[in-house]
Amino acid sequence: MVDAFYAVFQRTNFLTFVIIFLWGFYIMVTRYNLVKKLIGMYLVQTSVIFFLVSISAKKGATVPVLLSTTDPVQAANYANPLPHVLTLTAIVVGVATTGVGLALCAAIYRKYGSLDEQEVLERLE
Amino acid sequence: MILSYEIPLLLLLLVTAAGAILVKDLMSAVLLLGSYSFFLSLTWAWLGAVDVAFVEAVVGGGLGTVLFLLTLIGTAPKDTRLRRPPPSAITLIVFPLLGLLLLYAANDLPEFGDPNTPASAHISPTYLEQSYQDTHTPNVVTSVLMDYRSLDTMVETVVIFAAGIACALLLRRNA
Repeated sequence: MVDAFYAVFQRTNFLTFVIIFLWGFYIMVTRYNLVKKLIGMYLVQTSVIFFLVSISAKKGATVPVLLSTTDPVQAANYANPLPHVLTLTAIVVGVATTGVGLALCAAIYRKYGSLDEQEVLERLE
Repeated sequence: MILSYEIPLLLLLLVTAAGAILVKDLMSAVLLLGSYSFFLSLTWAWLGAVDVAFVEAVVGGGLGTVLFLLTLIGTAPKDTRLRRPPPSAITLIVFPLLGLLLLYAANDLPEFGDPNTPASAHISPTYLEQSYQDTHTPNVVTSVLMDYRSLDTMVETVVIFAAGIACALLLRRNA
């Protein structure tokens, strides 16, 4: 039990990821305002990307741009580039989906005059 | 080295995220979300992911905030609901359980910053060592994104194109 607590506080990045992920998810489920839900979704997306980038970090390593193009490369001197590539596309796709969500919000507001989930449901009936 | 600057950055991340969640005025919440994006990109630059930091600062912090602001200017910038009903019992049970499960898994994760973790030891050294011979690009992220995984990147632009079409169709005046 003490070991588990110690393990969590050894990995502060993971603790931050868990807090932001769960809080954003909770906001998506419980809040009634649609824009607030999208803010929660954005937090969930970025927290997962933050976790992936944290995995790619190495102590004492520099950015994955080769310092010398002639010497043989020591892989431990550069951060792991593969999570960076994955997250680059994930960020752009995440913002694109958030944009579609926001366009849906604008369309809902134009039709029903409210961004509140309950009010929209009442007006639907 | 990892500890000294990371803890304040992580605290700033948590504070701005909490602000974006707790503030009633949606306009302020969106601006706080933009500052959260910038602190996130700072953290990523600190972790050695400069390309990701640039993209987050431009696309997440810039474009994302602009999209949120445009929506709010066109609609209602206030969260009109002053008193929320309490969350249902199942939410109150499931979320702490999920949190406990995630934190319990922390014990099995490798330590952050260790160069011998499975994520860094399996295939990524091959990319780092051979990308210059294969692609003649010093930036390994660029060479993987544009050379080894160029089809992936091309299809990703199709996703963004589809998202743009969807936005245009949703925002038509006479829809």
